[in-house]
Amino acid sequence: METQLNQLKDEALAKIEAASNTKELNEVRVAYLGKKGPITDLLKGMGKLPAEERPKMGALVNVIRETVTTQLEERMAHLEEQAINEQLAKEAIDVTLPGRPVRTGNHHPLTRVVEEIEDFFISMGYEIAEGPEVEKDYYNFEALNLPKGHPARDMQDSFYISEEILLRTHTSPVQARTMEAKDGAAIKIICPGKVYRRDSDDATHSHQFTQIEGLVVGENIRMSDLKGTLSLFAKKMFGADREIRLRPSFFPFTEPSVEMDISCFKCGGDGCNVCKKTGWIEILGAGMVHPNVLEMAGYDSSAVTGFAFGMGPERIAMLKYGVEDIRHFYTNDVRFISQFHRTEA
Amino acid sequence: MLVSTKWLGDYVNIKNIAVEELAEKITRAGIEVDAIIDRSHGMTNVVVGYVKECVKHPEADKLSICQVDVGEETTQIICGAPNVAEGQKVIVARPGAVLPGNFKIKKAKLRGEESNGMICSLQELAIEGKLVPKAYAEGIYVLPDSAIPGEDALPLLGLDDQVLEFDLTPNRSDALSMLGVAYEVGAILSQGIVLPEVSYTESAERAEDVLKLRVDAIEDNPMYVAKVVKNVKVAESPLWLQNYLMAAGVRPHNNVVDITNFVLMEYGQPLHAFDYDRLETEEIVVRRAEEGEKITTLDEAERTLKGHNLVITNGQEPVAVAGVMGGLNSEVHDGTTTVVIESAYFAPASVRQTSKELGLRSDASTRFEKGVDPERVAQAAERAAQLMAELAGGEVLAGSVVIDELDKTPARITVSPDTINNRLGMKISLEDMLSILDRLQIPTEAVSGKLVIDAPTRRQDLRIEEDIIEEIARLYGYDEIPMTLPVGESTPGGLTPYQAKRRTVRAFLEGAGLYQALTYSLTSKEHAQQYALETAPVTELLMPMSEERSVLRQSLIPHLLEAATYNVARRIESVALYETGSVFLGLEEDGLPKEVEHVAAVLTGKWVDHAWQGESKKVDFFVMKGIVEGMMDSIGQLDGLSFEQAVVEGMHPGRTAKILLNGEEIGLIGQIHPTEQKKRDLKETYIMEINLQKVLQTEVDEVLYTQVPRFPSMSRDIALVVASETSAGTLQAIIRNAGGKLLKDVRLFDLYEGANVEEGKKSLAFSLTYFDPERTLTDEEVVKAHDKVLKALTDEAGAVLRG
Repeated sequence: METQLNQLKDEALAKIEAASNTKELNEVRVAYLGKKGPITDLLKGMGKLPAEERPKMGALVNVIRETVTTQLEERMAHLEEQAINEQLAKEAIDVTLPGRPVRTGNHHPLTRVVEEIEDFFISMGYEIAEGPEVEKDYYNFEALNLPKGHPARDMQDSFYISEEILLRTHTSPVQARTMEAKDGAAIKIICPGKVYRRDSDDATHSHQFTQIEGLVVGENIRMSDLKGTLSLFAKKMFGADREIRLRPSFFPFTEPSVEMDISCFKCGGDGCNVCKKTGWIEILGAGMVHPNVLEMAGYDSSAVTGFAFGMGPERIAMLKYGVEDIRHFYTNDVRFISQFHRTEA
Repeated sequence: MLVSTKWLGDYVNIKNIAVEELAEKITRAGIEVDAIIDRSHGMTNVVVGYVKECVKHPEADKLSICQVDVGEETTQIICGAPNVAEGQKVIVARPGAVLPGNFKIKKAKLRGEESNGMICSLQELAIEGKLVPKAYAEGIYVLPDSAIPGEDALPLLGLDDQVLEFDLTPNRSDALSMLGVAYEVGAILSQGIVLPEVSYTESAERAEDVLKLRVDAIEDNPMYVAKVVKNVKVAESPLWLQNYLMAAGVRPHNNVVDITNFVLMEYGQPLHAFDYDRLETEEIVVRRAEEGEKITTLDEAERTLKGHNLVITNGQEPVAVAGVMGGLNSEVHDGTTTVVIESAYFAPASVRQTSKELGLRSDASTRFEKGVDPERVAQAAERAAQLMAELAGGEVLAGSVVIDELDKTPARITVSPDTINNRLGMKISLEDMLSILDRLQIPTEAVSGKLVIDAPTRRQDLRIEEDIIEEIARLYGYDEIPMTLPVGESTPGGLTPYQAKRRTVRAFLEGAGLYQALTYSLTSKEHAQQYALETAPVTELLMPMSEERSVLRQSLIPHLLEAATYNVARRIESVALYETGSVFLGLEEDGLPKEVEHVAAVLTGKWVDHAWQGESKKVDFFVMKGIVEGMMDSIGQLDGLSFEQAVVEGMHPGRTAKILLNGEEIGLIGQIHPTEQKKRDLKETYIMEINLQKVLQTEVDEVLYTQVPRFPSMSRDIALVVASETSAGTLQAIIRNAGGKLLKDVRLFDLYEGANVEEGKKSLAFSLTYFDPERTLTDEEVVKAHDKVLKALTDEAGAVLRG
């Protein structure tokens, strides 16, 4: 009987080992441990044994049953794991295949520049002022200290609609309109927008382009305030270690007038092709608002002063991104616009 | 303005400063130095040669064999210039010389004859052809006899010089003269300047006795000075004078003309020289031209004048266009013996107008246009007379013939040092201010704590206290201004709701896959109103540069389509662009067109393109519609949005709709008409344009939370067969209407026409969601509501339910 039992055990263990999948293993389980299996049969046949052998044989049968059960469970766990692994292996993918593209567009590079400038000045408490692109000669020129007959208002240089109406040549008329509307109150504004000049389109000229200007008017606004503001702006826009310098210049609507250079953001001031070996890059024009401009808008120029500055987003974008031809901004080539999709910060 | 540092050195000591440093200082003080031009161009081994012998090359007609004394030896040089001749002093580039353009001179054999160097033209020394005296324009340059063979030719030609190129702002016309530059540089370097000393011997005869003068237009010519110089010998100018002129960008002609140009450059006062005998009348009359009067100017062009143009006449006919250009009839020529020097003040506006009308700008007109220094009118005439005596052997008649009603009073400016410091945000001492004004040679007195200034007439730009603030600041140094921020009332700043919503619209469209385009506002008449939502008289330019850009647009679509075509032509087949911008409608009462901000988009090609997974989908109406709906939703305007089938010219008649907001038409959406698509080389292309301004100005509800559902909702699906022409929108409206307040949502999930559906019919399937926020719905309640829906569909749309 004992021999028979051991033989049975070996046979069961061999079959467990041989089972190659869970189904086969279950068959083994049923065959050996099921109600009709040989071990159950043996247990059932215990009654026929002499009484003194029963405990020994009973214990032996139990040991065998436990051994087989344990083996079976282990084998089952193994086979299950193997089955999962096989399944996972089948499910493997080529992770180098391209992902499903998420379709997005992006800002035009000029909008990107304009919004960056707007956001900086908004954080400094400025508002955004906008105005018409078709303007009165009065706001475009006269109110800005460019009286009739002034050389800068040549008919050849501007798109006139009539004697008195033209496409604005700069965004400064928005300043004139804002000052007039504010009726003597303090002002802190940024004026972005499209402007037009009678130029033939080429690599550096465009009959339509954009400008962004700023204006601060109030009591005791000083040139040092202009310098401090522009310095912060330069650092924000072109890098924290940018330095600025002011050079005297001339605009009819400001006095004193300056041009602002920033230390070259490419070479840091050592001289390179971006700064034309000078270490400095001209970025904007600025100045203290001309008393005539203040007076014409209804301010008392002895009590109120102001500063103004203006720049060209095209020029800034060309410098910042290395764009060589202004016409790229207006041909709307997707291969151009789509290059400005990502953040730089 | 080209400033020769060699010439400048005659008036101000710049020996001890490097030219780069000088240029930097000038730039930082207010006049931008655009470039430093080294006139030597690094040339060496260029010497004076003496042509001892010159014979024709036996093998070449155009070549001459010259024996040239170059100081240390006499050497043979082959020369191709037509004007080379025995006895000339010439410029020789010796073997080893490097000429501009890295042109290396070597010994060579030309048609069998040895050539040890090159006899040079001025052009070969990098002098522009238009500046080379006409006599030498086509050949070598001939030096004066006094030149010594072997001597370095560069100093002789004034080419050992650095020229500063100024980019002058319009206010600094004082720097359009060497003296003006000298004052500026003197101030920058804290140095005095040396003015030319003018003295000469007058003859006994008086100018007044040989020349009468009358001015009939005193308001445009308040000052006229004429001097008469007899017995001049017209000849080539001395080399130094020619050199100065060429360095300043002026072509030498003859001594008389060169002297007038020299004084123009030196004093900034344009002069003109008439041949006295050619005037014929012994009289000068300044008057306005007769309408249509003609004059042939020095450039040999016949000019037709207008009644307001100012002319100089001999009492009968014009001999010069005042301040712009002289006439050919009275030009100084080789045989001239008596010269009339004209120095005058012509009103800036008059000269500007005439110069513009004639399309004629000269060194004279650019200076008169900006206003010359009243004090220098007479001085310049004297300086020219002196030089004609010295350099042309002339006898200057005593006195001048003068008419002078010109106001020469300096502008008086009073400004307090506190004002200056307050405006700059600085603390400059009174002493420093006075010192700066002194360096600038601006006469100033400190009177009871204020600066009282008499602005010199040479500085026409100094008029108001701000001008003085600028003078002090620019010489004190803008680097010294501290950095502060405006103090006072702080303002919140920020975007207006309109501006913020515009940014939301842009962000949505970009998130949806569209790139932002930026197209021109000016367009052609043909495209101005195509696809316009609203048309009004177009705004036309008075002087367009081309028909393509002659009027302002009333729709953004044509240029967006152009952009799509541009991209498609470059094999970017899928294009998704949008733009926000203004359209321009008619004229308002104030004379300006109504400007309305629109948003528009164009889609063509594929919308989904994921090739390796076999997913590809062309754009269609509903892609664009989804974008419009999403965009409107992003700014809280989805609820009032509806679409209405429409027929619009240039659009596909079956695939076009008006867009309405709260029942009001605000836009257009649809497919471009196939014939239009073909015209533009586009495949299936969809557009939308919306009056953004109207949308952004429409009030929007504030965002208010509604409770997240606590009770389950129940869904029921319906499949219907209806007549083909019944729109989904109609069915949806019926369902919503009949569903009552329990019906939360209706969603179309299937649309089918074709096999298994009767001809002229279509099948639609909707999923309806019922929901009560207060409790769980019972089956009975849903069935009751749903039955109402089914009945309404049958009754109102003749819908047949499918099993």
